[in-house]
Amino acid sequence: MTVPPTLSSQVRHCSAYPGVEPTVPSRTVTIASRVGLHARPAATLSRAAAATGLPVTLSVADKQPVNASSILAVMSLGVGHGQSVTLTAEGEGAEQALDTLAALLASEQDGQ
Amino acid sequence: MTGGTIRGLGVSPGVVGAPLARLAPPVRTSPADPVTESPEGALARVEWALGAVAAQMAERADRVGGVAAEILITTSAMAADPSLVSAAAEQLRAGQPTGHAVTLAVEGFCAQLEAHGGYLAERVTDLRDIGARAVALLAGVPMPGVPAPGHPVVLAARDLSPADTATLAGSDVVALLTEEGGPTSHTAILAKSLGLPAVVGCPASAELPDGEFVLVDGSTGEVRVGPDAMGGVRTGSVGNGPVGTGPVTSATGPVTSAAEPAATGLVKSGTGPAATGPGRTRDGRPVALLSNVGTAADARAAAGSEAEGVGLFRTEFLFLGRRTQPGVDEQTEAYAEVLRAFGNRPVVVRTLDAGSDKPLPFLRLGAEENPALGVRGLRTAIRYPETLADQLTAVTKAAHSVGRPVKVMAPMVATSAEAEHFVVIAREHGLDDVGVMIEVPAAALRAGELLDVVDFVSIGTNDLGQYTMAADRAAGALGHLLDPWQPALLDLVALVGAAGRARGKPVGVCGEAASDPLLAAVLVGLGVTSLSMAPVARPAVFAELRGLATEDCAAIAEAARSGVGADQARDRARTVRDERWSVRP
Repeated sequence: MTVPPTLSSQVRHCSAYPGVEPTVPSRTVTIASRVGLHARPAATLSRAAAATGLPVTLSVADKQPVNASSILAVMSLGVGHGQSVTLTAEGEGAEQALDTLAALLASEQDGQ
Repeated sequence: MTGGTIRGLGVSPGVVGAPLARLAPPVRTSPADPVTESPEGALARVEWALGAVAAQMAERADRVGGVAAEILITTSAMAADPSLVSAAAEQLRAGQPTGHAVTLAVEGFCAQLEAHGGYLAERVTDLRDIGARAVALLAGVPMPGVPAPGHPVVLAARDLSPADTATLAGSDVVALLTEEGGPTSHTAILAKSLGLPAVVGCPASAELPDGEFVLVDGSTGEVRVGPDAMGGVRTGSVGNGPVGTGPVTSATGPVTSAAEPAATGLVKSGTGPAATGPGRTRDGRPVALLSNVGTAADARAAAGSEAEGVGLFRTEFLFLGRRTQPGVDEQTEAYAEVLRAFGNRPVVVRTLDAGSDKPLPFLRLGAEENPALGVRGLRTAIRYPETLADQLTAVTKAAHSVGRPVKVMAPMVATSAEAEHFVVIAREHGLDDVGVMIEVPAAALRAGELLDVVDFVSIGTNDLGQYTMAADRAAGALGHLLDPWQPALLDLVALVGAAGRARGKPVGVCGEAASDPLLAAVLVGLGVTSLSMAPVARPAVFAELRGLATEDCAAIAEAARSGVGADQARDRARTVRDERWSVRP
């Protein structure tokens, strides 16, 4: 299954894939949720990403980065517990926004 | 039709009147649908429709609370996801008709989620529901599924699937009316468990228009139609009788039309004196009157009644609609909740009754020509022994965690060898009160053999009737053959009762037959020691047995079995019962 073109077009203006473009702020973090990024943790992340007001991407392994504000795109990555993911963001306050989002993914959301 | 009375089969007692609403089918979209608007115009409408669905889900979340609310909030977030709109926009630009563009956008994400399996794959049901709702809005037709107009309604349908009926609890629906279905159909069973009055097998209901006021009598099967029926409610039934747990509590919606002041949810309950204490005959012979439950919510409701325990805890409800098997921990918690609700009262847990008629994605049983005669019930455990082992582990752990004993029984057992196999496995798990269901005529004919290896049996009269009469429970046209008064069925029950008496082992009945008061007396007369039914049926059965001594029940049973055909069996039983019933000691 390929990622629909709409998802990559959402990402295009972010201009970078993690690791390729060193000027884009990024964080790599291990997923703490026991069930991975399934519906509820994905909803929490996408809500928080949208709240930053910045273009935020999420990527895992060798898959294309997706818009982290989209719950469906995040779920479609099928990220499991213990997997490593990379967040990127651009714009003013990107570093701080990434710290917040990374902390969210590194915390166990299951009990919430 | 504007007035008059139509008839069906009353399967769940209570009288309720409300406007009729229908189960709307989902709209099918196709690439061949006409393209009637510009891609830009279509996109604006798609955004509006998905936004409206998101808002509706969020609003429902506010109303329900708890775990259900969390699921609805997440579903709402999916509907509001801009990626869904972008994907639909892509399809619109490619020239797809508006509704179909939404379907394709949804299916694109479904395919990705399904590829991951597990939790994620389970969400495609919610995602497809979002799509179906948006498509219905775009087409200007009612939303699919159970109608939610915000006021009480009588739900009419050709028949209801288990998936439809699963969403009825807490809905606007106050009664059910179906064209097809018999006394043991899923609709009937669920209606009883929810305490919703229901009439099934009523072909004339197909002609009733939406919004027509109907008064449904779930005891007699009578459905009064039109303004006269409203009058009937006003004069005859409001606030009359011991209402108990009936749908009256949900009947509080706004009145929709000034012309129909009495049109919303007027309820009369079933009749009969209050039932107090354990079930017994007039001469003091105990007959445990138990509850059938399917969920923890059912169990809490039933535990609040006088029921002396659970004679049938259907565990399928935890498994249906799942792509992966629930784990031992989740099962343990679900079973513990039911056990906890009933304190020290006995609970019989029935192991998974799945098969190709109730398919579960994680049990790959394949399609069968005759699912009722195929790999179902205990037979599935031969191919998937770990599913049964996990379930028995969870039952044992639940009993330990709650600190009380539990009974287990297996469905769909044909031979004593199968029964013994189950007993051995259950005992290995530390369970020491182990039984089997008698649903197959072979098991009834050789009940003595089975009782030699198990601690108890429980007769499932619905399936036993289906297999005795070779009549599919789902076939509405065969309702007369599925009548539990068929003397052939009573003969088989008599064999089992006699075998139980000879060995001093309990024989229960957990089919719908147990909830018919007169038939309950017949069953007791045939040697049945406990009756398990929907809680709503208990008061009437209790009152019936209190007026009959053991020998009266035996005489009524004999009269029933002397009848030729179900009607004569019922009539003869009624005559003897009327001669003998008395509350005097």
